[in-house]
Amino acid sequence: MTKPRQWIERTIEVGLFLSALLSVLVTLGIVGVLLFETVGFFKTVPLLDFLTDTEWTPLFSEKHYGILPLFSGTFLTTSIAMAVALPVGLISAIYLSEYASRRVRTILKPILEILAAIPTVVYGYFALIFVTPLLQKVIPGLSGFNALSPGIVMGIMIVPIVSSLSEDAMHAVPAGLKEGGYALGSTRLQVATQVVLPAAFSGVVSSFILGISRAVGETMIVAIAAGLQPRLTLNPLVPIETVTAYIVQVSMGDTPTGTIEYQTIFAAGMSLFLLTFVLNIVSYLLRKRFREVYD
Amino acid sequence: MQNRQAMRTRKWNQWRDRLFSLLGLSVTTLGVVVLLALLVDVFMDGFARLDFDFLTHFPSRRPERAGIYAAWVGTLWIAVLTAAMAFPIGVAAATYLEEYARKNWLTDLIEINIANLAGVPSIIYGLLGLGIFVRWMDLERSILAGGMTLALLVLPIVILSSRESLRTVPSSIREASYALGASKWQTIRNQVLPAAMPGILTGAILAISRALGETAPLITIGALTYVAFLPKNPIGSEFPFFNLDGLMDPFSVLPIQIFNWVSRPQKGFAINAAAAIIVLLFITFVMNGIAVYLRHRSQKKVRW
Repeated sequence: MTKPRQWIERTIEVGLFLSALLSVLVTLGIVGVLLFETVGFFKTVPLLDFLTDTEWTPLFSEKHYGILPLFSGTFLTTSIAMAVALPVGLISAIYLSEYASRRVRTILKPILEILAAIPTVVYGYFALIFVTPLLQKVIPGLSGFNALSPGIVMGIMIVPIVSSLSEDAMHAVPAGLKEGGYALGSTRLQVATQVVLPAAFSGVVSSFILGISRAVGETMIVAIAAGLQPRLTLNPLVPIETVTAYIVQVSMGDTPTGTIEYQTIFAAGMSLFLLTFVLNIVSYLLRKRFREVYD
Repeated sequence: MQNRQAMRTRKWNQWRDRLFSLLGLSVTTLGVVVLLALLVDVFMDGFARLDFDFLTHFPSRRPERAGIYAAWVGTLWIAVLTAAMAFPIGVAAATYLEEYARKNWLTDLIEINIANLAGVPSIIYGLLGLGIFVRWMDLERSILAGGMTLALLVLPIVILSSRESLRTVPSSIREASYALGASKWQTIRNQVLPAAMPGILTGAILAISRALGETAPLITIGALTYVAFLPKNPIGSEFPFFNLDGLMDPFSVLPIQIFNWVSRPQKGFAINAAAAIIVLLFITFVMNGIAVYLRHRSQKKVRW
């Protein structure tokens, strides 16, 4: 190779490497920004108060900084969402991978994927304007803003994540294992639950965890339909507020830099980031494991 | 005796099998039912409101006079900016990881990092944009800050899908190119990237479509909900025929306009929200349609 050619090759490789490295800088940036403001926050608010105080009222005159009410809101909506997404996603995955004919698959799968492509603000509208009034006909005590309706809608949104990743994992199970089951006279259900599901277990669990991570980080559905009222409760029928919705609520107002209100959203964001970080890494490692076993 | 027992167990198993088949079909169709309910609901609420005036009016305190002019122009700006930044960087990063990277700790770190970034809640990217672009770089609540924030948000998705696509290019193509004396970069530029391009584009379009539906990160960096002007027109009549002053203007986008209208108690604004949702869903579906078409066409055309 000629000298200039070599030089070009080298420059391009370095340029491409820097692009790849940018993603690491993004993570560092996120951690840096969150850490910087969170440290400022904890100069005013003791960590113990943050973790144990049962009220969250930074925007009122009598201020309390207990993250628990926001966490209980996130926990509540996430639980409801997973109660929908888990069974529906898993059953869909088993149905699509073991039962459905080619034709049914090619119709149903893309429609499920559309569910994942719809902007979350649209789901928020749907939860508030359609699902809540519908539920109120069945549950008389249901408030206009509540955890139940956005939770259910969020669950539907997460179904494609759970089902498509679980299905991938089931698909990776070697045909020989399944055929062994059929050769012993098993039904499709027996093969699915006793051969495929155990073999694809780590992949399926990984999809659940990813689903939970999505639900924890979901913002607009709960910001629109759950009520923006921090409340330490597990009652799904009353207005609540999640960690994410709080960040939106503060951002909607005009909060000056450096104030404690401004810092609260970073402290809330830090908690959120740490939580989803653990979930994402566990899910990633599990996924990697099922790939290694059967590839 | 034992035979009859076995027969009964078998019957029972087959019956359960069929029952599950039915359950599976109905549960899987549940998604379709919800999707239909959502679309019907939105169309019944908003379709009548959709007219030319709605597309060309600025927001207003009176719902019947309000429109989405500033919002859809803002969405267009954001789309172009996000694509212009996320696409080249994402493809470059993917090319490095697939074609150049050696298996070492740094590569492992970059990979696990990208996998994690793809799962970071979008609102966290909003806080990143607020801290770095809006405050530290002093870009204020500008379109540029919004575009950069969303570019970072979709970057991991672009990288992951581009890598997937690069991986499907068989190594025989590369070897043939090397055999003809091409260098590594010549091989990538002239053979590998063109072969992988339909898949890369599919992923990129889906990523941009995702960015256009994002609300939370843009609210966090301070996009406005009431914008009664457009950013400066980028196309000028005098030399050099374009200017980028508009990049520093405040902006709104469709999802934020929708959020603002949904949050108001008056019925008229809910109708506006539904009408704006129809426009947003139209954009989303068209982009997804293009992506699916590209993927379909490339799968038919090339068979190695």
